[in-house]
Amino acid sequence: MMTHRDALEVLACVRGEQVVVTTMGSVAIWPQLSDSPLDFHYLPSSMGQGVPLGLGLCFSQPGRGVIVLTGDGGLLMNLGCLVTAAQFRVPLYIVLIDNGLYEVTGGQAVANASHTDFATIARGAGIPRVYDCGSRAEWETVAGEAITGSGPVFVCLKVQGELGKPTPTAPRPMAEQVARLRSALGAV
Amino acid sequence: MLDPSDIVSALEAAGFTHLVWIPDSHLGTWEPALRSSRLAPIRVCREGEAVAIAAGLLLGGAKPLVAIQCTGFFEAGDAVRNVAHDMKLSLKLIIGVRSERAARAGKSGDNCPKFAEKLVQAWELPHTRFDPAEGDATQLVTALNTLAMSVTASAILWAE
Repeated sequence: MMTHRDALEVLACVRGEQVVVTTMGSVAIWPQLSDSPLDFHYLPSSMGQGVPLGLGLCFSQPGRGVIVLTGDGGLLMNLGCLVTAAQFRVPLYIVLIDNGLYEVTGGQAVANASHTDFATIARGAGIPRVYDCGSRAEWETVAGEAITGSGPVFVCLKVQGELGKPTPTAPRPMAEQVARLRSALGAV
Repeated sequence: MLDPSDIVSALEAAGFTHLVWIPDSHLGTWEPALRSSRLAPIRVCREGEAVAIAAGLLLGGAKPLVAIQCTGFFEAGDAVRNVAHDMKLSLKLIIGVRSERAARAGKSGDNCPKFAEKLVQAWELPHTRFDPAEGDATQLVTALNTLAMSVTASAILWAE
């Protein structure tokens, strides 16, 4: 099984000019791999709202892809967002980091940990392209295809749960992040 | 009572680009008028989602309006807190206040009017009130323009 870092390293190799929205544990790793003005670390956040935020970015920036890195705990707080996203043909790429844990709160298990089939849920919600990867090799094979082209797309990446990781902090204050992203998008 | 087509025209005139919403029995009457509107409606499953979608729209340069019933606003509190106070985005809301007219007439025990006011205050959202059964089109345009031009997150409590 791949690590969370493996999953993000593969993504960093294939990411183009898409906006990348990170949440929770990914906020700690992604800045080590990328420092693009199109990176937006959604922290402080409202847990579960990363995917809707990315969908809103898709509407306001037609044609620009938006990749949202979400955890299973966050997605479980807002599963309806998959149904909402499925209504629209927008380049939204939802990358689920499925580690079965609330990693940043000490590693407690999420509800029904490791028994929930998120890929099937995404298909059932009507997401037209769904990928389900259990190893780094599988993810490397499909990553380039998965985060380009028509969307929405759902990618489930099963990763090792890791305990003892510190609570992440964003590399910049929220006000600076908002200004930086808006400038990069020409939205100021 | 203001006609839904007048309401949608006023929303357009105020410069909103997207309507992120969940219809209730009052707000839902706008739907036929929205079909021929340039205002892009975005239907969501839950109200917190509407607030987060609006945040993404605002980040990307659009001018969204969120229209939800107060019951959903209660549920969406954490999203409102985050967008209005962490991200400091100029979130704009119309919050339908269930049973407000009936409560004013002493004909309803619904506690929605009581808590809608308290919760809007708790989230420190500047707000005005509008009743489409009493206000005219000019008053609505004024209320919406004031909402649209506010630099901070703000709301209209919309009597139902």
